[in-house]
Amino acid sequence: MSLKTWKELPIGCVVSDPGSASEYHTGSWRSQRPTWDNAKCIKCGICYIYCPEGCVQQTEDGFFQADLDYCKGCGICAHECWPRAIKMEEE
Amino acid sequence: MGKRIGMEVAIAVAEAVGLCDIDMAAVYPITPQSHIAEHLSDLVANGEIDAEFVTVESEHSAMSAVIGASGAGARAFTATSSQGLMLMHELLPIASAMRLPICMAIANRAVSGPLNILNDHTDIMPQRDCGWIALFVENGQEAIDLSIQAFKIAEHKDVMLPVCVNIDGFQLTHMVEPFEMPSKEEVDKFLPPFVPHATLHPAKPVTMGAFAMSDYFTEIMKAKDEALKSSKKVILEVWDEWAKLFGRSYKPVETYKADDADVLMLTMGSMGETAQMAIDELRAKGVKAGLVKLRMWRPFPFEEIKAAIKNAKKLIVTDRAITFGGPGGPVFAEIKSAMCTETQRPLIYNYIYGLGGRDVPVGDFVGMFEKVLADTENKAVGTYEFWGVRE
Amino acid sequence: MIEVRWHGRGGQGAVTSVELLAVSAIAAGKYAQGFPSFGPERRGAPVAAFTRIDDKKINVRSGIYKPDVVLVLDSSLIGLVNVTEGLKPDGKLIVNTHKTPEEIRKALNYTGTLAIVDGTGIARKEMGVPIANTTMIGALLKVIGVMELDAMKDAIEHRFGRIAQKNLNAMKRAYDEIKIYN
Ligand code: SF4
Ligand code: SF4
Repeated sequence: MSLKTWKELPIGCVVSDPGSASEYHTGSWRSQRPTWDNAKCIKCGICYIYCPEGCVQQTEDGFFQADLDYCKGCGICAHECWPRAIKMEEE
Repeated sequence: MGKRIGMEVAIAVAEAVGLCDIDMAAVYPITPQSHIAEHLSDLVANGEIDAEFVTVESEHSAMSAVIGASGAGARAFTATSSQGLMLMHELLPIASAMRLPICMAIANRAVSGPLNILNDHTDIMPQRDCGWIALFVENGQEAIDLSIQAFKIAEHKDVMLPVCVNIDGFQLTHMVEPFEMPSKEEVDKFLPPFVPHATLHPAKPVTMGAFAMSDYFTEIMKAKDEALKSSKKVILEVWDEWAKLFGRSYKPVETYKADDADVLMLTMGSMGETAQMAIDELRAKGVKAGLVKLRMWRPFPFEEIKAAIKNAKKLIVTDRAITFGGPGGPVFAEIKSAMCTETQRPLIYNYIYGLGGRDVPVGDFVGMFEKVLADTENKAVGTYEFWGVRE
Repeated sequence: MIEVRWHGRGGQGAVTSVELLAVSAIAAGKYAQGFPSFGPERRGAPVAAFTRIDDKKINVRSGIYKPDVVLVLDSSLIGLVNVTEGLKPDGKLIVNTHKTPEEIRKALNYTGTLAIVDGTGIARKEMGVPIANTTMIGALLKVIGVMELDAMKDAIEHRFGRIAQKNLNAMKRAYDEIKIYN
């Protein structure tokens, strides 16, 4: 992606294509990934609520998983999951 | 032509803003601005203008509210003074970076401490680098005219920047004096509806005020600087149009008996008319004195200033603020930087005066000229002095 | 140009009077300024207010130090405030008082032109309140004579609505009853 010159910037740097942040794959930052042990999961949804990237999704069977395109490996989900169903593993 | 009436200037400014079809105002009262807030909220409450008056608990909130409203596409107005402006400070560069054409009246007042409610320019000067267009007025008529022009300048598609109109507190805001108030029809003819460059609307989502890192920050600053500089062209066009419609012309730099003057004085704001009387007194005594009045502070009118002062032998720059531990007054610093590359330039002196409301009668202006003329060995050239300070 | 300094106390309406006078003078085709002494407003504290009237545009914006006329709205200020300060040698002093000219002259050690009217007494009779600020505009106009008393009518009506006529009556009485001692 080539960077714009000052003349090419939109007035006030307004970002006018909605959802363009999804083009930025924060998953590339990840050095460890969360893995779920559904045997321990009680489906409380805390991981879903706390994920700062909003990348934890609920699957059809009610368990949770991370979209690894955006999961940056921060480990907050694992820290907050009190039944300890989530483990962080080295990439 | 508008009707000639007498009215307190602060009230008249609120009336003038009331002619501009504003959509919203958020103004927190503070002396000496309060009459603007009070009268504008009266106009809204009485149904005389169809606008929202958002009552806020601080100037920080007032500025936040007008930023939000302007972002949503509203024509937004606020006003403040002194500490209120200092409280807004954090948001001022954001309003200009987001290119929101907010208009603000500033009833200039000294900044604390010590607490002082009277007039000088120590409130606006710390805002100098916030990226706002900053204009100064000399009398009630100019306060009214510029308050209306501000919207047209700010909202011009090639400008899209916030504008502040600086009106000396008390000296102007609390003065009952004569002026012509344009009619609603005249203002309607002059001021087109506001067409925002973007709006916050669910039908077309946008992000305003997004984050930018070092890869873009420099380009964004450059774009802002260029926008402010090129606003001058639009300001001049608006002033031309105003002169045609209302017969009152405005220039970035006004002069009075300056063409053949040996010694010039430069003022900004309401001191100009009193200084003019000193020029008349000095001329009557055979001194070739003249006056230069700076109306446009940002963008700074380099070319016009150079043309106005280069032929004089001496120039007295007056300032109503000081940059502590620095080069003297902020206007002085600007004039010096404007002239440093000129081969033909006057010897420049600086007097800092009228601080915290200290009165400056005609005789004091005459005294400044006399003191500079008596400096035959040019010892005080390039220095600054607090005029009238007790030693 | 005529420069007038008003002395009163916060709440006695000196600022209202200078405003009404300036607005009326401007409506009558003159140039005028009306302004308070700048600063905090406190009820009961001695205050000053100022009027300038001229036939041509007024440029000066500094304070008034050598007034042509001083108007004292409240004679209890005499002795408390130096009301004759800076008054031009041929200037005129107008006092709202029921005292005699000799008493005022003695209290102020003043020998110039003196004009006296019991403005508070008139205000009490005409309006039922002891507030003489509009009443004393009548006294002032008699002394300075720059415009007709009628010129005040619109501004007074606009400001006071249904009690405007009482104000105008009081003003007229002060205009008629003020005595000038040279
Ligand atoms: S926080 Fe843990 S227990 Fe709760 S839903 Fe997520 S993984 Fe399951
Ligand atoms: S590691 Fe962080 S980013 Fe990834 S799913 Fe857990 S909370 Fe979200």
